[in-house]
Amino acid sequence: MSGARFAVSGTGDSPVIPPGVQTGVRAAAWRFVLQRASAAVLAVCVVVHLVSIVYAVRSGLSAEAIVARMHANPVWPAFYAIFVVAVAIHAPLGLRAIADEWLGLRGFVFDAVLALFALVLLSGGLYAVRALAG
Amino acid sequence: MSSETAVTFPVRIWRGDAGGRFECYDVPRHASQTVLDVVTHVQRHVDPSLAYRYACRVGMCGSCAMTVNGKARWTCRTHVDTVAAGGMLEIAPLNHLPIVRDLVVDMTPFFDKWAAAKGSFAPTATRRDDFARVAPQSKARRAIDATIECIGCGVCYASCDVVGWKPGYLGPAALNRAWTLVNDVRDGAALERLRAVAGDGGCQSCHTHQSCTERCPKHLTPTASIAGLKRRVAIAAIKGQL
Repeated sequence: MSGARFAVSGTGDSPVIPPGVQTGVRAAAWRFVLQRASAAVLAVCVVVHLVSIVYAVRSGLSAEAIVARMHANPVWPAFYAIFVVAVAIHAPLGLRAIADEWLGLRGFVFDAVLALFALVLLSGGLYAVRALAG
Repeated sequence: MSSETAVTFPVRIWRGDAGGRFECYDVPRHASQTVLDVVTHVQRHVDPSLAYRYACRVGMCGSCAMTVNGKARWTCRTHVDTVAAGGMLEIAPLNHLPIVRDLVVDMTPFFDKWAAAKGSFAPTATRRDDFARVAPQSKARRAIDATIECIGCGVCYASCDVVGWKPGYLGPAALNRAWTLVNDVRDGAALERLRAVAGDGGCQSCHTHQSCTERCPKHLTPTASIAGLKRRVAIAAIKGQL
């Protein structure tokens, strides 16, 4: 993207995209699609997660009882696996947009750092889900 | 008239370039006075060196937009009564554009982005073809109705937070124009246009703050246009057309 920014002659330091120059179109479009799709998944997952937490607390379930129920029903690990995948997609993409707009951080190196962050979220989350699956 | 001109009110006007400052002027208060009237009074009766831009004075040309008491407005159709909070008026050049001098900004980046968003019509017919028939009630034509009245004043661009944060962002006006043409059944460059608005500085950067829609003097909804582009871009990406 940085290559697509340069000043208009005679206007000082106003960075603009000159006519016809838009880089990484396909990647940018897919980032948007993945961000929105993962947000839609998270909207459902967060609600289910919060409701289940409130239910467990109000029912007085112990940690052991919760884990036992998770082990008994494969739907829960599957649900949390989907949750983790959505988070691993959504969070790095959101951070990418924030870093771009607020800090001016962008480029291949920063994208690589975000990819690493996504891998950490994914591997750490799935590791925890594996424990739930028993 | 004579009894009204006895009453003056303070007006702060930006002078100089980006490193300039506000200067205060006492301006006679009149009934139905517009902000452009105020600026014109200062230029004609107080300081002829004041630079500002206007043409039609009736809300058609889009050249007189300025920042009035912190908000971008078209000054020819903005009455002092409606904006002079506490009897005070502060007039500055538009945000997000390089200041040439006083109230004049360089609109080059603004219109460069229209071009970058492929904001010009790409005809598919020749002079030997018959007129295109576009049903006025068709969905595409009604979408155009909602966008076509843009006068290119730059109010939306100056009001957009994302333009301020991300200077490469195409901005509401350029994207609104792109959406107009994407809906034009006579146009032959829809896919190219989607590619032009799908990059990092394109429609996906919009945060839907809706400042553009709130401030547009023509009561257009660039936010809805950008949302339309986002949908089209997403569909095109999924279909592998980008």
